[in-house]
Amino acid sequence: MRRWPRALASPLLWVAALFIALLFGMPALAPLFRLAFPTVRPVIFDRASFFSLFLSHLGIVAAASGAAAAIAVALAVFATRPGGRDFRPLVTALTTVGQTFPPAAVLALAVPALGFGARPTLVALFLYGLLPIVENAIAGLEGVPPAVRNAALGMGLSSWQLLAAVELPLAAPAILAGVRVSTTIAIGTATIGSTIGALTFGTPIFDGLAGNNLPYVIEGASLVALFAILTDMIFARLERLLAPPH
Amino acid sequence: MIEIDRVSKSYGGRHVVDEVSLAIPEGMFCVLLGPSGSGKSTLLRMINRLVPLDGGTIRVGGEDVRRVPPEVLRRRIGYAIQSVGLFPHWRVGDNIATVPRLLRWPRRRVSERVTELLELLRLDPADYRGKYPHQLSGGEQQRVGVARALAADPDVLLMDEPFAAVDPVTRAALQAELLRIQQATGKTIVFVTHDIEEALRLAGGIAILEHGRLAQWGTPLAILEQPASAFVGEFVGGAASGLRVMALRTVADRLRPNETAAGEPLLDEASLRDALAAMIARHADRLPVIDRAGRPLGAITLADLVR
Repeated sequence: MRRWPRALASPLLWVAALFIALLFGMPALAPLFRLAFPTVRPVIFDRASFFSLFLSHLGIVAAASGAAAAIAVALAVFATRPGGRDFRPLVTALTTVGQTFPPAAVLALAVPALGFGARPTLVALFLYGLLPIVENAIAGLEGVPPAVRNAALGMGLSSWQLLAAVELPLAAPAILAGVRVSTTIAIGTATIGSTIGALTFGTPIFDGLAGNNLPYVIEGASLVALFAILTDMIFARLERLLAPPH
Repeated sequence: MIEIDRVSKSYGGRHVVDEVSLAIPEGMFCVLLGPSGSGKSTLLRMINRLVPLDGGTIRVGGEDVRRVPPEVLRRRIGYAIQSVGLFPHWRVGDNIATVPRLLRWPRRRVSERVTELLELLRLDPADYRGKYPHQLSGGEQQRVGVARALAADPDVLLMDEPFAAVDPVTRAALQAELLRIQQATGKTIVFVTHDIEEALRLAGGIAILEHGRLAQWGTPLAILEQPASAFVGEFVGGAASGLRVMALRTVADRLRPNETAAGEPLLDEASLRDALAAMIARHADRLPVIDRAGRPLGAITLADLVR
């Protein structure tokens, strides 16, 4: 029996293929939608191409999650330094507040200040995404064995060298796990930005809900779900690459 | 070489190290001995400034440690600890190379030094260099820890109960290795332990600490034979310390010169404990003594052992 190439056995490949096929080939499914929803016309969302929705959605999430990751790691590093340890409860409290604010409320509050479109969405996603990364990064940095830190200082590493060469690499898997959760959530949450004019896969969903067009909702929802799953799988791959040697 | 001058440290009003003065000559194997909480580990960590001094001064090689930036000071002093603290994400070779790389040694020299140290600690470089710490046994990890401490060829080596966590057989082997390395390299070693047997096996000088104060500072024999206080006497074994003396004193110390005896001779450099064992084994209370060259020196009797 012929063995399959290993790459074909990877679910990542199949999810990616399905996502790309739907992204570019959605119009080909028009007959199917017409059959399922005989009273709805048109059946394929056409106000913007799905690819342009994807690029805009990806841009918003990448910017918000990237900024959240950078700020969250900086906060975690600060909260675990000898001089910043007193601020640790404050840091976690602030990021928890960011998490408990519903993103919809942040959007409503941000629109008067920042106007409609992508910018208030960015702010909401950024605030919402901080907590999982901060929590994981603090746990990861505090998980560095005291003996390792003691030996490193005893050999003459400066505190910067300790951070860059020892603490951050050892905390990297935990930090990445936080970024993975945060980003996956952000992909789903970004869709509500479409209620205030941001272009995302939420745009067909909310257009469909407003215009009673169920095919639009299905198109947007299936793409955003696949996008989130695919991203999660890519992060899982990265985590395996970064995992400590075993 | 290391001058500790009226050094003190207190935490929240409690004196952990209290006016300790100690002059450790160059090339000495010095053991800081004491029960837990006696301040021995704190004192050790004050030498490389991991613990800041409250009062007094410490000079290493004539230089006040507070005049040297801490990172510079620490790169000059080897440091090994009980839990080893190898970097789990670095291979053995990279772990050993830590300080030479901090000192920006050329790549080739670092690599040669790693090979040299692995050989010194009897770990096959081809086999061990590329391993990760979690692939090593406890004893092997500790060997790598010692190699790492020796990497930049420091004159002074600080060791904080380095062998406390390994099994007795491995510990004995590591102690023998360390003595061999110390004798071969002439390094000044400051070694913290709470184990009197370990201290007697390794030390040229023992400093006994009690509640942060120096209770006694002397050779192992002096401490066993003339304990300065009841505490020291108790700590070095009470009545059992006599047996420890026998392991340190040699036949030459108790020899009756020019007398003769029958039977298989003892070496003059054998310990009294070995002499006693030989007398028991041979059912003799008097044995002849010779030197390494086989020349007869005299005799020793059972009564001489306890004289």
